[in-house]
Amino acid sequence: MALRLRVDPVACDGYGHCAELAGEGISLDEWGYPIIAEGPIKDRHLALVDLAIRQCPRKALFSEEVTRVNAPGVARR
Amino acid sequence: MSDVAPTTSTQRLLAGASHGSTIDLDQHIATHGDLTLPDRGEAPAWRSTMLDELDRSGLTGRGGGGFPTGRKLRALDSSRRRRIMVINTMEGEPAAQKDSVLAGFAPHLILDGAEVLATVIDAASIVVAVARDNPSAGASLEAAVTARRSAGRGSFDISIVTPPGRYVAGEESALAHWIDGGASLPTFRAAKPAVLRAKGRTVVIDNAETTAHCALIARRGATWFREFGTADAPGTALVTMSGAVESPGVFEVALGTPLREVLALAGANPKPTGILLGGYGGAFVGPSALDAPYSPDGLRPFGASPGAGVIIVLDERSCGIAEAARITRWMANESAGQCGPCVFGLPALASDLASLASSSTKGRINSALARHLTTIEGRGACAHPDGVVRMVRSALDVFSLDVAAHTRGNRCAGAHAPSLLALPPNDGDIEWR
Repeated sequence: MALRLRVDPVACDGYGHCAELAGEGISLDEWGYPIIAEGPIKDRHLALVDLAIRQCPRKALFSEEVTRVNAPGVARR
Repeated sequence: MSDVAPTTSTQRLLAGASHGSTIDLDQHIATHGDLTLPDRGEAPAWRSTMLDELDRSGLTGRGGGGFPTGRKLRALDSSRRRRIMVINTMEGEPAAQKDSVLAGFAPHLILDGAEVLATVIDAASIVVAVARDNPSAGASLEAAVTARRSAGRGSFDISIVTPPGRYVAGEESALAHWIDGGASLPTFRAAKPAVLRAKGRTVVIDNAETTAHCALIARRGATWFREFGTADAPGTALVTMSGAVESPGVFEVALGTPLREVLALAGANPKPTGILLGGYGGAFVGPSALDAPYSPDGLRPFGASPGAGVIIVLDERSCGIAEAARITRWMANESAGQCGPCVFGLPALASDLASLASSSTKGRINSALARHLTTIEGRGACAHPDGVVRMVRSALDVFSLDVAAHTRGNRCAGAHAPSLLALPPNDGDIEWR
């Protein structure tokens, strides 16, 4: 079961702990908000990513199964 | 479906329109014929027929998303509690007036359509959302609801509500959140489309123009609807034209009409430098798109879509870079302030473009601009930042010669000319409830 990491951008306040804890796979943009690398989380990073998820002060990080397909959004307005 | 006179004009929603008038209930019935909705006992069979007609009609959402209406209504989860039907008349796009004009001119068409959709989804009630800063559209719909009540028509409880008139307040998750008693801010949904809920019920949101088309499809059926438009984009659509045009305003056109002919309706400058399609989060196309059919398929090769029916014509009077910079600043001020990449990214992008427009950067700005576009994209909870990125990318492409001239530091008269855009002041305090 492959997992990918996602961030809830509304919850995220740019503390940046995640990039520090997870290292590879999360970088920060110039304003300090996380940019998540595309693709599944590598097995050797699962423990660090899990730590980043648990340590996020805003609980903004989560992982989900890669197989999940996000259908295009229904009409915005 | 019922016995009404054939129409031969593309003026369907706007049939009988004259400036500033409103079609009252009697005129409405005389123009469009009566609409009979089923009793609750007959509703299941009627609902199934209506869904088939909506599917066959090929009607798509006219609020910007362009999703097939029939398919959207069929995709609803089973629900024990009756749903809420929400009609989105928010129209937060400053260059769009079609839903406001429709609400002012033909409120009964919107309300008929609302009752059709409410019957299809077995709604407990109907909520029509009109922006608070649009009192005339709200008053027209209120008066129409009162007239229907006095005439003993309609079996649904209809309320007109007025959320704050901000750009993102009409985004569907923001609208559902406000109806649920919260702020009119978009919410993050891990998977889209996710079911929207308010007051413990499933909320279904359709755009006002889409809803009005449903009122006519319920009367005349899918075959009639398809008499105008193309096989891929059937029917008519409302457009709001502005900018370098002699007669700005709202027009009803058959989808698939060549863009050049659509523009001619408003007396557009026949030699535009660029045309912004869809809305401020839409895309610029160049003169090469003038012969393209005005439809999703026809505009796709140009990276554009009809979106919310906004058409803004630019000509040699103004500078496309400067106009894109102004739109970006305006859109930055409309951010809901929730997502970092939008809160910080859009103002940065606006500054990049303003610097480019002023030709003062001697080539330094272009790498920051490119970086910011990449950084912002796909990182908001709603499509607001992505729309701005799309608009800016298209402007850099369509006005690429201007970009080169500005980068060399050439003086640009158009950059200091008055804007051709509608950009109401939006840098004051923001009310979200």
